[in-house]
Amino acid sequence: MNAPFRPDVISLDLLKVGTRARVSSVDWAALDEGEACRLRHFGFDEGVTVEPLHLGPFGRDPIAIRVGRMTVAIRRRHAGAIHVLPIQ
Amino acid sequence: MNLHPLVAVAGSPNAGKSALFNALTGARQKVGNYPGVTVERHSGKLTLADGRPVELVDLPGAYSLDPASPDEAVTRDVLLGKQKGERQPDALVIVVDASNLDNHLRFCLQLIELGLPTIVALNMVDLAKRDGLELDRKTLERELGVPVIETVAVRRRGITDLQTALDNMLSAPFCGMHEHVTSDLIHLQRRAREIATAAVVSETPVRRWTHRLDSVLLHPVLGPVILAAIMFVMFQAVFAWSEAPKSWIEDAVASLSNLVSGVLPPGVLRSMIVDGAIAGVGAVVTFLPQILILFFFILLLEGTGYMVRAAFLMDRLMHGVGLSGRAFIPLLSSFACAVPGIMATRTIDDPKDRLTTILVAPLMTCSARLPIYTLIIAAFIPNARLAWGVGLQGVVMFGLYITGITGALLAAYVLRRGVLKGGGGGFMMELPKYQWPLLKDVAIGMLTRSQIFLKRAGTIILGTTIVLWALASFPHAGPGQKQSEVSIAGHIASGIETVVKPIGFNHDIALALLPAMAAREVAVSAIATVYSIDSPDEKASATKLQDKLQHRWSLATALAFLAWFVFAPQCISTIAVTRRETNGWKWPLFMVGYLFVLAYAFAGLTYWTAVALGL
Repeated sequence: MNAPFRPDVISLDLLKVGTRARVSSVDWAALDEGEACRLRHFGFDEGVTVEPLHLGPFGRDPIAIRVGRMTVAIRRRHAGAIHVLPIQ
Repeated sequence: MNLHPLVAVAGSPNAGKSALFNALTGARQKVGNYPGVTVERHSGKLTLADGRPVELVDLPGAYSLDPASPDEAVTRDVLLGKQKGERQPDALVIVVDASNLDNHLRFCLQLIELGLPTIVALNMVDLAKRDGLELDRKTLERELGVPVIETVAVRRRGITDLQTALDNMLSAPFCGMHEHVTSDLIHLQRRAREIATAAVVSETPVRRWTHRLDSVLLHPVLGPVILAAIMFVMFQAVFAWSEAPKSWIEDAVASLSNLVSGVLPPGVLRSMIVDGAIAGVGAVVTFLPQILILFFFILLLEGTGYMVRAAFLMDRLMHGVGLSGRAFIPLLSSFACAVPGIMATRTIDDPKDRLTTILVAPLMTCSARLPIYTLIIAAFIPNARLAWGVGLQGVVMFGLYITGITGALLAAYVLRRGVLKGGGGGFMMELPKYQWPLLKDVAIGMLTRSQIFLKRAGTIILGTTIVLWALASFPHAGPGQKQSEVSIAGHIASGIETVVKPIGFNHDIALALLPAMAAREVAVSAIATVYSIDSPDEKASATKLQDKLQHRWSLATALAFLAWFVFAPQCISTIAVTRRETNGWKWPLFMVGYLFVLAYAFAGLTYWTAVALGL
């Protein structure tokens, strides 16, 4: 279920720390079953507000992301499967 | 047949479930294992107001009934009555974090659908208030259709209300459960958000404590520095604080063996009890203080929420060799002892990540190697000063640790590209809010850990040491014969000697390697015993042992012996715990095999290099 192309939609790993964004789509097919399940558990879903908070000290990986009311850490690779629209 | 009602405590990870379970049951807990899986089963007893006993079981934290880890699979199976070794629960206590209802209500809704008598514990209401969040309990009760009780488990608040509600619920008739529950997570999630939003009375935006702490503790530069400092303090404590209690235990073991020696007549029975059981089990039990201190730190770091941050900071580095950040703590624990380290790998979701961590954990220099390192270094390495405050002996000791760590990382790298190729190798973790754990919860954790440790010392280790004692004591040496050569162990040692001769090991070392299988540090006492049994005129005192070694071993042999112990899997307990954690003999045998090959190769390399250099 690919979202229609929007020029301002970026993948979550490119979103700057401290910038809030709304999830526009998640490329579930790019994730294996367990990973996809875990991301759903964390509440990643279209329309949810996310915000990168901290980056890992080595290679800026993993990324700590605020999703809804909780903070989760995921690797850069997985964040790449989540497409977001920054909130201006 | 147990007719007490079984109440399951369920909830999402980080909802404060275990703290609530501790608050309800106190220290009256049992830790076991679900059959066939390496998931711990925590259960406890609770007495209702009218005196009826209730059995409580603390289910592993789960995000939904669709499992993404073995722990979650157990939770689902227990709740659906499909778990071996567990009956279907009669009622549920669902724990949710008041400040994370958006997420936690999803699993909660799924559980309520099961149709079991259910109470929801709205936990950590104090932290929600701290974050400026005011909730309406009545709205939640109406929307969820089950009683909702406000609790602060770590402060033991709301526990009486919860018990009363439990009492009422178990007295009411029960109308049967539903087999089918919604598995559409997205739908449940949206419903959860609606309810969570409806329950919010007011929300004042505040700078959250956790966020402020994280800006320091997860800072790209400060974060790793603080982590290193915490690790340093932890290690200092494990070694420094344990010295006094360790010597008390050693004294107690010594007086116990003196006592037994005084009561029993000399003979086989006394030898078996004193030289076999007491000496062997005693040697292992002396590690209890170190293990307790280590677990104190681990439980404290886990309880405060820092542990996940440590994993976050280390993940990228660990990922480089095919491990995940979650392997950091188990490997760190293995510096004290591989057994708790391997047990701590249960927090790693990915089975291949977990197995790799288990297989390399014995390469971390555990404290049982210290007596050997200390003895050999003191005997063979000159106490020279290389620079101000840097001695040669210390450098050698440090080098041995570094060799172990390097070996572990290389082994992980090779394993992940060979036998353990593939797997997600992902890292997805929730960063819970920081909070100060109740010291009582930490104490309960330490108590259950030490029970597990002592139980093993009393069974597996006791058994092995008696077998080893028997091998070393029979048949008895006649006049003019050496016990170390005549006994079965002596013959086995001669066999081992032919194998280890090329790497510079003599018959004494071959003989010491055998009992050192029980625990590495036994090698020291074994060598001491061999020299004292064989030459009764010399007293086997610790100071003398050094001199004896200097006369009997070459420097090359001593260095090879050190290299051997960096790698050799000389520990029955580690092998036993690996068997239990991997559910079979395949991986422990693989571990023993690859570690012995490494040990042989490195000891050989060291010996041949040293000989070539004329040492």
